[in-house]
Amino acid sequence: MATKRIESPLPGVIYLSPAPGEPVFKAPGDSVAVGDTLALVEVMKSYMPVEADQAGIFRGYLVETETVLEPGEPLCELEV
Amino acid sequence: MAPIRKLLIANRGEIAVRIQRAARDLGIRTVQVVSEADRDMLAARMADEVIVLGPPAASKSYLAVDRLLDALRDSGADAVHPGYGFLSENADFARAVTAMGRIFVGPDADTIERMGDKVNARQAAIAAGVPVVPGSEGRIKGLEQALSLAGEIGYPVMVKAAAGGGGRGIRVSHTAEELAAAIPTAMAEAKAGFGDPGLYLEAYIEKARHIEVQVLGDGEDVIHLHERECSLQRRRQKVWEEAPAAMLDPGLRAELCASAVRLSRAVRYRGAGTMEYLYDPGRQAFYFIEMNTRIQVEHPVTEMITGIDLVREMLLIAGGGRLRMSQEDVRCTGHAIEVRINAEDPARNFMPNPGHVETLRLPEGPGIRFDEGIYAGYRVPPFYDSLLGKLIVAGASREEALDRMAAALDGLEIGPIATTTALHRALVQDPALRAGEVSTRWLETWLEGPGVAAIKTASGT
Repeated sequence: MATKRIESPLPGVIYLSPAPGEPVFKAPGDSVAVGDTLALVEVMKSYMPVEADQAGIFRGYLVETETVLEPGEPLCELEV
Repeated sequence: MAPIRKLLIANRGEIAVRIQRAARDLGIRTVQVVSEADRDMLAARMADEVIVLGPPAASKSYLAVDRLLDALRDSGADAVHPGYGFLSENADFARAVTAMGRIFVGPDADTIERMGDKVNARQAAIAAGVPVVPGSEGRIKGLEQALSLAGEIGYPVMVKAAAGGGGRGIRVSHTAEELAAAIPTAMAEAKAGFGDPGLYLEAYIEKARHIEVQVLGDGEDVIHLHERECSLQRRRQKVWEEAPAAMLDPGLRAELCASAVRLSRAVRYRGAGTMEYLYDPGRQAFYFIEMNTRIQVEHPVTEMITGIDLVREMLLIAGGGRLRMSQEDVRCTGHAIEVRINAEDPARNFMPNPGHVETLRLPEGPGIRFDEGIYAGYRVPPFYDSLLGKLIVAGASREEALDRMAAALDGLEIGPIATTTALHRALVQDPALRAGEVSTRWLETWLEGPGVAAIKTASGT
């Protein structure tokens, strides 16, 4: 097993749950399949999903919801 | 009211630049408010003063009424131009500005409130004798009433669940037989889907075109500056606009513009406003849908055919001036087209594309205008809408304008971020668009069909 850092593909505001007050997309220990949504990034008034491109076990988010991320900045960690 | 001497611009991007230019033209000093992400935007570079409102999120900057009112007080500006979007149609903001003894560049708060509400605006239209989409004005009371009403309106008609929303629970009928069959089913579906069998009935517009009339008023008198057609839309966002609406016959066009003047006179409109209509080519009829009580993105096409600087007139009227022209003075010369250049990649389902603008080459020449919000070296932030600028051309005829647009698009270069330039290069060559055979659903259908290959070719990928 290796730890992989997942980055936001686009710059923007990160949301860790589908809507305010709802549970986060993934909690530590959750299994992740390819294509699972890990977060939403709000870019230019559109919401784009950040999807897993590898399967694994979710380790945790590295940022809080509504953080502004640049492409290449880490969002969360995955055991793959 | 005295003429404006110092103007606060409560917006960003290309419209803030546009307002800066109009203000400078009139010798008005400018105060540009910005979010922390917008300190280096073009309008901030042009302004006499810059005030930082707060963090990038619009709710903490451009929509934060208290911060804007503080900036207004601290700067000593005597007026606010709200642009479009953000607080431009917020009656409470307009009221608060006026309560501070400053000028809100636009209609008074009561007019914003009244015309901003779709139901109130529809009632005002009916009272002013302006046609609205004919329908049941409430629930239909049964099959017989529905059939008699549909007979009056003319087919096709649609029934929709009173409790439904969006496009759900809508059925279209082309004949009385179809309607008689549709109603019991639609009622059962409405009951099952929404717990309420109530149905509305209204005219169904097969190939609706979006037409709008520009009005300008001083609170006493109102004139129109002719109409625009904005049928090319994606996800209800306009992408391509023209003036005038070339396919309307002259009699209908005159009636349309007169109806917009009637309605805006009835509300003693002050400032620039737009009456939006749907045009039904089948019934050859136009129907009022709503009013926008502000300047619109597509105002330049109107400026190109009339020679009237709308933002300048807004500022003069807000400063207490009367209309400087009568209806007879307003000419409509030639044809103008505007395309919206957005930071979106049309070859990748319009994926937003913020980032650095390294190359910027703008087309120039007679009949070409570019209203820009960017410069070479500017970094487009990800927090706001994707509009980078607008390319506007005018020609003696629609065909000439189309050809000029094609040439101007060839001369436009923005890189390396992807923009909608490729979309417009493909559209300007499309035979159906050139023939004017479009409707509000045309672009989305085109994007799923011939548009895919056309955009790929135009973007050279």
